[in-house]
Amino acid sequence: MARKVGTRMLDGNQAAAEGVRLSRAQVIAAYPITPQSPVTEKLSEFVEGRELDAQYIAVESEHSALAVCTSASMVGARTFTATSSHGLAYMHEMLHWTAGARLPVVLACVNRAIGAPWSVLNDQQDSVSQRDTGWIQIYARNNQEIIDSIIQAYRIAESVYVPVMVCYDGYVLSHTEMPVNVPGQQDVDRFLPRYRPHTILDPANPKNYNLVTLANPRINAEGVLCHGYIELRFLLQEALQNSRKMIIGVGKEFGEIFDRSYANMVWQDRLDDADVVMVAMGSLAMEAIVAADMLREAGHKVGVLGLRVFRPFPKVDVARALKKSRLVVIFDKNISYGSEGATCSEIKSALYGSPVRAVIRNFIVGLGGRDVKAREMVDVVNKSLSSMKEGDLNKEYPEWICDI
Amino acid sequence: MGTRDCQHICDESSPAVGEAGKTGEWRDTFPAIDAAKCLPVRQNKPSCFLCWLYCPEAVISKTVPIQINMEYCKGCGICAQICPAHAITMVSEESFSLDEKG
Repeated sequence: MARKVGTRMLDGNQAAAEGVRLSRAQVIAAYPITPQSPVTEKLSEFVEGRELDAQYIAVESEHSALAVCTSASMVGARTFTATSSHGLAYMHEMLHWTAGARLPVVLACVNRAIGAPWSVLNDQQDSVSQRDTGWIQIYARNNQEIIDSIIQAYRIAESVYVPVMVCYDGYVLSHTEMPVNVPGQQDVDRFLPRYRPHTILDPANPKNYNLVTLANPRINAEGVLCHGYIELRFLLQEALQNSRKMIIGVGKEFGEIFDRSYANMVWQDRLDDADVVMVAMGSLAMEAIVAADMLREAGHKVGVLGLRVFRPFPKVDVARALKKSRLVVIFDKNISYGSEGATCSEIKSALYGSPVRAVIRNFIVGLGGRDVKAREMVDVVNKSLSSMKEGDLNKEYPEWICDI
Repeated sequence: MGTRDCQHICDESSPAVGEAGKTGEWRDTFPAIDAAKCLPVRQNKPSCFLCWLYCPEAVISKTVPIQINMEYCKGCGICAQICPAHAITMVSEESFSLDEKG
């Protein structure tokens, strides 16, 4: 049965599943967790209805789900898994393993708060907490970006041999329908060639992979000086550093075929003349545009910087985008306890040594599904504007939008 | 000399002698063979070879007398434990000079 191509009303989970179907994933393993479950339910329907020629492997945990994908990737299959919150935390060990083995697994993280206390609602603490596992992280602002990012994720992952996590906000996107343009299979096939593994586990050519690797390089039986542990870590970092070019290139090519360009690491809204910039990641970057409209009506020159890629962090792009800013208000749906929001730290780091001397204010918002209204974003920007003082560039700790 | 010539982007090796480097360097005890006690030598024919059978590194030859490849023997001592004639004794590396090891 041919699926309807063109604009359809899809929620975020359906959009993700359609992206995986169009990308022709060959092995899918996942364990259900709110709010991710409908992604895998949809995919199992695709497999059952033979709309997707894949092995759907039922597992008993998220750790096993990613172990299955990692192993399947090792023998040359295109793989997919999806999870949220505690499920992603449970995958933590395997996240390191997949990246260390340089396997291009694609994972959808439907962002959800982490307990204690229990919450099934949205924030980004789950994926932000996994930022140091060596995965590329892409955040979608809306459901169109979910399907498009999944398709691009395979192309990126299989080009640089780094796994990619596509993150989207639970409920805000995952369970909210909006018009989504579903690309045609032929166009996706043109965009996304077959997966070519950098190495393959094959009984005809037995090999050892990722054994105990000593601290120092060693000469193998063929006389080649092989990497030690730290050299392999260097190569993973180098791959992420160099992936910026690939991410932008893939996004540009996607635009040429599908008429929606992603030739950027960040989304820029009205930054040309803005001296006040609001920064957010995921769906909040769309809400910030509404807030910017309201602030513009009140006469402020406000723009929005949406963080599309969190790993590799686009230092150059951020510094360039904030060049004209006088005030930068950063909204984080996560907190690095004892410090500040993770994107705030990254942005400050990106600005060190640059000519930008903007006042930076960080607001922790929306944790555990607390609604973040455009009106509230406007209020804190106004508050930050009125409290700006010469020389008071930075606060030691973030401010919060909450009722305490 | 760096490792840039290594084309692997994850740890990878093929089963081959010496693929893990000269594992004999890991050894801190050394299997000293008393040939006079070794059964194949005493009987002057291929026999016993339990050391050959049990060596996890496959570095013991099935010959009369047996020979141990010291480039790869890690000194685990299983051969000394298994030898029914007590012909193998594990001794400290330092107490043996290279000449004595042969």
